Amino acid sequence: MVESIVSTGLAIGCIYALIGITYNVMFSASRVFSFTAGTLGMLGGVLGALFIAHIGMPLAVGFLLVLAAGAIFGIVTEIVTVRPVLRSLDQHLYVLSTLALALMVQQFTAIEWGTEARPFPRLLDIARGEFDQQSWLPMLACLAVIVGLELLYRYTLVGRAFLAIAEDTYAARALGLPERGLRLASYALAGVIGALAGFAGGEMLLAFFGNAPLLTFYGFVPVALGGMGNNRGALVAGLLLGLFQQAANFLVGGIFASVAVFTVFILVLLARPEGLAGAAVQRRV
Amino acid sequence: MMETPGAKLEPDSAKLPGSVSTIAAALPFLVLLLVGVSFPLFGGGYWGVIATRACVYWVLVSGLNLVVGFAGQIAIGWVALLTLGAYTTSVLVAGNVMPAISPYLALAIAAAVGAIFGLIVGLPALRLRTFYFAITTLGFATIVTQVALAWQSVTGGGVGVPGPIFPEPFSSQWGLYYFCFGLAAICTWMTANVAASRFGRALTAIRDAEVAAEASGIAKPALLATVFLFSGAVAAIAGGLFAALQSYITPDAFTLDLSILFFIAILIGGRGSILGPLLGTILLTVLPEFAAPLVAWSTFLYAVLLLVIVLAIPGGIAEILDFKNRRPLESGRAIVPRPELLERLLGTPADAGTLTLEQVALSFGGVQAIDGLDLEIRPGQVHGLIGPNGSGKTTTLNVISGYYAQQRGVVRLNGAALPEFARHRRAHMRIARTFQTPRIVGSASVLQNVMIGGTIDGEGTFIESLLSLPRHRRDEVMLRDTATLALAAVGLERLAPVRADRLQHSELRFTEIARALMLRPAYLLLDEPAAGLSAEEIGRLGALLVAVARIGTGVLLVEHHADLIFDICHHVSVLNLGKMLAAGTPAEIRSHREVVNAYLGG
Repeated sequence: MVESIVSTGLAIGCIYALIGITYNVMFSASRVFSFTAGTLGMLGGVLGALFIAHIGMPLAVGFLLVLAAGAIFGIVTEIVTVRPVLRSLDQHLYVLSTLALALMVQQFTAIEWGTEARPFPRLLDIARGEFDQQSWLPMLACLAVIVGLELLYRYTLVGRAFLAIAEDTYAARALGLPERGLRLASYALAGVIGALAGFAGGEMLLAFFGNAPLLTFYGFVPVALGGMGNNRGALVAGLLLGLFQQAANFLVGGIFASVAVFTVFILVLLARPEGLAGAAVQRRV
Repeated sequence: MMETPGAKLEPDSAKLPGSVSTIAAALPFLVLLLVGVSFPLFGGGYWGVIATRACVYWVLVSGLNLVVGFAGQIAIGWVALLTLGAYTTSVLVAGNVMPAISPYLALAIAAAVGAIFGLIVGLPALRLRTFYFAITTLGFATIVTQVALAWQSVTGGGVGVPGPIFPEPFSSQWGLYYFCFGLAAICTWMTANVAASRFGRALTAIRDAEVAAEASGIAKPALLATVFLFSGAVAAIAGGLFAALQSYITPDAFTLDLSILFFIAILIGGRGSILGPLLGTILLTVLPEFAAPLVAWSTFLYAVLLLVIVLAIPGGIAEILDFKNRRPLESGRAIVPRPELLERLLGTPADAGTLTLEQVALSFGGVQAIDGLDLEIRPGQVHGLIGPNGSGKTTTLNVISGYYAQQRGVVRLNGAALPEFARHRRAHMRIARTFQTPRIVGSASVLQNVMIGGTIDGEGTFIESLLSLPRHRRDEVMLRDTATLALAAVGLERLAPVRADRLQHSELRFTEIARALMLRPAYLLLDEPAAGLSAEEIGRLGALLVAVARIGTGVLLVEHHADLIFDICHHVSVLNLGKMLAAGTPAEIRSHREVVNAYLGG
């Protein structure tokens, strides 16, 4: 029983962490949190089920198409909802514009795909075991993303340019970095990561339009607690969140688990608005 | 109409007389009232339900409007409070947990519960950034629905509970309609009262110019808490009415879509307006009814509408309806202050004692912004603070007005140490300030902006403003008169009714000074007031400041215009790298070798 709580908890935690990283990748490039992060996760599940189970595409093709769809949605997000409002960042219009886009996609899915949760295909043809693919696939995806991002940031020029933009947009622009292009690329990358999270966690979360707001919320918890833009913080906080949720689920029941998560989230944020790992930023007058 | 000293100061302004503009503003509400009262005459059965629903929604939206439209807090999960109110009322009337009680009492209890939860949901807004708060309200909405689903013994779980039935005469369809309509009308009246009060202006100041709100003595936590209490209470009442209208409620009835409808109705209507969101609510409730196929797509359409509004017309319906502010302003306007009015505006301030800084030091990371600074500012004098960029001038102002806490040293007023970081308390000590970039509520009129400066002098409470009781009305008359006088004193009375974001830069600077003068300041701190002004305007600014000081106010002037400093200051301090380089009379400073070398240029 304990093994099952731990493996499911870690798997869910990995999905939360991946959505958290999706938030972070978008935030680093634009100083904007986007409501579309959870929508990407939802799309990963729904499109995966659509391509593989309904249309009957081979696994590899379906997988690549899902990632491509995520990238395209990321790019659309940047062009439609972020770029037009970046100039007046202090008015927080991005909160509304990204919310609007997230809702549009969510509602469109609800109408065209249905409001029922539908099963997601088993991806690998191996027998169900103690430690099943529905648990280790999200962990594998999370590991791949963490390692991939680390390699990208450390060893490639593009990755360093990402870091430069995240550190100081103005200075990066002054150095002649193509800020717009990099931002677009970041959103595409975030789209891929978000869709991957939904795809890898598909069997566990099912192909369900209602996953969008849930992932938007639970995926943001690791960001808020781990410190914004901090991927390692998001990973640790995401795993803890998943474990906590599963344990509470088993011990006191699902509803009170949600209430507990929410309460802890609020209390931690009220005590440390910059997150457990973040540093306070001095306000300028 | 009231005969005010302010009114006499507007010789030939293009402004409509007060009574006419009031009626013009109230006209749409009267039309809606008339339509609403006579609605049963021409609306059939199903339309009666729609109309009742619009009223119920508006009861909630009217309260939420103060949170979203006025205070600018992005609360997207307000359906949670509707759910809470609906279940509280229904469960109490059904008698699931205790003996059944009267629907009216149940509604009142629901309002109290809603107020408490409104506060709980709202509190994070005091500490958290915008997106965090939005996410928090979203999370709360998800959880309330889950609890309603799971707590079967009380809420009936997925099966639900019957809604309350109000006794005669409100049990029939039209009876319930009139009950809801009456409450909606009361909510409109109350929120309109708040909107036109010092609390409404303070909320918009928190939204658009938080720093200036604090400098005007507006305590954000207390004000927001009040608004969340009110908004939560009316949302829960709306929930009780919603349950009565539905006659049976299940958790399915409270989807996030409803929350989105409420939220978008406000944004479509326009922030900082009552009429706009009211029309927005009616529009969004009725729109899907005109085309049945649209019902499934309604939330999708709301989302599209939201995106279009945000990207294309951020001002919403209210901005489209604002004809008054589309008339071109006259060109070649001159700002002609009338310092002779200052005495009437400021009275004779009591001697507040000297304002002193003793060994104050503050560093940011490795940068020593100010390093052991001593300064003494006396009432009735103009004290100039000059120095090259980065020498610590603005930091000094920010320490005095509480935006930064010094790491060493102490700031004293009349011998008593000023508390660190208590920004809004500075206004109560009559320390006023202006900012390097004017902090103005762009969508409010110039007069309203200046009235914000006098917020702490109002005596009425929030409840008195809600109900438009005598003290509220007295406050408003007083603030309006004083603000008109302040505008006349700085030479802007002709622009009083104009939207502030239409003003020129120099006019904004004088507006800020008028707002600061509303405090009848013992000390007036000015951060580069002459930046961007023409030579002529600088001369007038100088004369105005000299007149302010003559009445007894201590003026601390941070400036780069050496001529202005040497013309009007009694005393000049020169900063360099956070330390005092020299201090003395203008004549002494002008001939100080090091100052000339470091700053003035030889």
